[in-house]
Amino acid sequence: MSVVDHNAIDFSPRISEADVADYIALLKPRVMSLVVFTALVGLVMAPGHFHPVLAFTSILCIAVGAGASGALNMWYESDIDALMSRTANRPIPRGRITRPEALAFGMTLAFFAVMTLGILVNWFAGALLAFTIFFYVVIYTIALKRWTAQNIVIGGAAGALPPVVAWTAATGSLSVEPILLFLIIFFWTPPHFWALALFRSDDYARAGVPMLPVVAGADATRLQILLYTIALVAVAVAPWPLGYFDAIYGVTSLILSAVMLTLAIEVYRRRERGQALRATRKLFAFSIFYLFALFATLLIEVVVRAIAPSIW
Amino acid sequence: MADKNKPDGIVLTEAQKRSRRQRSIAIALALGVLVVLFFAVTLVKGPAVLVRPM
Repeated sequence: MSVVDHNAIDFSPRISEADVADYIALLKPRVMSLVVFTALVGLVMAPGHFHPVLAFTSILCIAVGAGASGALNMWYESDIDALMSRTANRPIPRGRITRPEALAFGMTLAFFAVMTLGILVNWFAGALLAFTIFFYVVIYTIALKRWTAQNIVIGGAAGALPPVVAWTAATGSLSVEPILLFLIIFFWTPPHFWALALFRSDDYARAGVPMLPVVAGADATRLQILLYTIALVAVAVAPWPLGYFDAIYGVTSLILSAVMLTLAIEVYRRRERGQALRATRKLFAFSIFYLFALFATLLIEVVVRAIAPSIW
Repeated sequence: MADKNKPDGIVLTEAQKRSRRQRSIAIALALGVLVVLFFAVTLVKGPAVLVRPM
């Protein structure tokens, strides 16, 4: 008599029914679009002439690299994704794509993105893109996310690097301007994600992810949001008086930062459930617009300078 | 005696065939884009294509 009942084990290979849309979902297209946009700004701001074909190649590689990071993130996090309502519909928890398939897909895309950027543009940018993917997947997703409440503070560096990668692709070197772009995204990340974590704290608690509201409570999170927003506002406005960005950016960043700070103060002040939730959702929504608008203004500034250089 | 009409191996369902075809087309397109990209950059860079600064 056999100990194992072979009739109960399904030996037939699993045939995938995943379509292209499932693999596109694995790339986190919404995150990717923000990465592409910030990288585009870094590229356009870079001095000197950069051939459009090389510019397109750089942005494509950065986008694919970001997509690879998203796929590898979903590969590792499929267990907790299944427990959270926000992520339960992702391709792996839904059973459309298996973990090994996601891993192979992510690794293949990461390899091609880094090698293509290195071979066709320059190896400094290629190496920086590889570091960005490594930082997001290994440092943030695998090491930090389930270990510390500071996960998104440190991990935010990965999301802040795309404009720096784009700048190095265009120039082959680093400068103060891409570091300023990096700092804006870096300090934007904590208020943005902690606002999300405040109204999704039940989700994170169920999945056992030590986000700040789960570990330290809502009030401590509100204070941290306010402190990081103050730092963000300082970093976002400073490049104008320091002479790195021009007046269009300066005035826009002042107005937008004032709104951002006001909303962060509201989040800090409102503690009653309904009002607190509304204030948090408002801050979360505005933070997306804030980052987009700051970078769009930089883009406009470069375009205006190119069309009418006499103004400057 | 084995049934001669019964196909050997795994038989894909219509949904599996459709999704496999979709994936194959997507891979072909991605490889096509890669080839065109390398060709275009070679034209843009000319002889400098082999110069890849750190």
